[in-house]
Amino acid sequence: MRSDDPALKKMTPPKLTLLEQSYLPQILGGLVVTGRHIVKAALGDGAVTMEYPEVQHQPSPNYRGVHRLNKDEQGRVKCVACMLCATACPVHCIDIVGATAPESWTDREKYCQSFVIDELRCIYCGMCEEACPVDAIELTSMYDLSGLSREEMIFDKTKLLSVFDLTKEGEPMKSGIVPPASSNRSRELVTTPTTGPVIERQQLV
Amino acid sequence: MAVNPRGVELPGRSGKSGSGVFAPEGTIVTTLDAVVSWCRKNSLWPMPFATACCGIELMAVGSSRFDIARFGAEVMRFSPRQCDLMIVAGRVVMKMMPVLQRIWLQMPEPKYAISMGACASSGGIFDTYAVVQGVDRFIPIDVYIPGCPPRPEQILRAVMDLQSKVQHSGSAFGNQGLPELRRMEEQLVQIRSRASLPGVATERADESRFGYRLPGGESQVGRKEIL
Repeated sequence: MRSDDPALKKMTPPKLTLLEQSYLPQILGGLVVTGRHIVKAALGDGAVTMEYPEVQHQPSPNYRGVHRLNKDEQGRVKCVACMLCATACPVHCIDIVGATAPESWTDREKYCQSFVIDELRCIYCGMCEEACPVDAIELTSMYDLSGLSREEMIFDKTKLLSVFDLTKEGEPMKSGIVPPASSNRSRELVTTPTTGPVIERQQLV
Repeated sequence: MAVNPRGVELPGRSGKSGSGVFAPEGTIVTTLDAVVSWCRKNSLWPMPFATACCGIELMAVGSSRFDIARFGAEVMRFSPRQCDLMIVAGRVVMKMMPVLQRIWLQMPEPKYAISMGACASSGGIFDTYAVVQGVDRFIPIDVYIPGCPPRPEQILRAVMDLQSKVQHSGSAFGNQGLPELRRMEEQLVQIRSRASLPGVATERADESRFGYRLPGGESQVGRKEIL
């Protein structure tokens, strides 16, 4: 388009008065807004800051946080070591070692001997949860996770089952099966480092 | 109760009954290390090394809803000389690594590092030759935060973890590391300081542990080096 095109609409900036040219009314108007917020935060309930360690955020029920391994009615791990979650995982953070189930477990052929999730590699997309055919792996709404070492962020089967014991009251299993109430496991998350990687590291030295 | 005219006797070292030193009543006694560590932990100045979306979440931590100033760590400085806490937020590619290392070396001691998010901690979804598979292979990391990206609460939790670590591990003239992690850190130093043979990729370490196979077979870290 040329600059002398008849379709061009020429506009001129509005003429500012002397007071407007000093920008003082706008600055004062902004300060009034700031002052209103200060008064609201100091006197009323206008404060927006969350006092995090004391006040915990309640995530929505479908929040995807730390994983857990579900147990069935008899307290056994539900996983049947079909490897569908490990296959669906886009970051390959799930490591399962399957084994033949004991004779008394008539409902399945295999169970997971070891189930390790690298929580640092995981992106919490929830694809493992979608892929699981027996609803064994679920993502809880535990969100405030951090660790002092890489080893303690690699969750093995014991730790994932302890997450289940920790969260089963607040978040029942999505399939609706109620696990046995009696469990002498402590309510604390198991904080010991996992056995697998540590042993490997010791073998290296 | 009889009042001792010399004041209260201070406790001795390692829980012994008395040190024989008396102080006026109402005196608070502490060690220089504890005071210095207390000052240090409440004025962590972060160096935001934000390279990706985790950096956006890091900004949310600084803003009014989560307000990292409640922990004294709101003074984000973009000069490494003024910082003592590096927050690596986002993926770090191999070309960026020398920059990260240089910034880390420019920070004055004592210094701490937080690895924020899946990418910085382990490479996350970017399992390629170009992306560093965990910045802890190059700089020492004190606190790891999982998540993609992590919630702001996780960063506040990490800052609190770090504060307790500073209080327990710091001294007036240096940083000794947590006693319970010291053995592991010594092992890691041993592994890292070992001369690698040609053809052994030390930075590949233990990737094959999680099921995916590397081209050219498993990495031979440690095994060949021990022989």
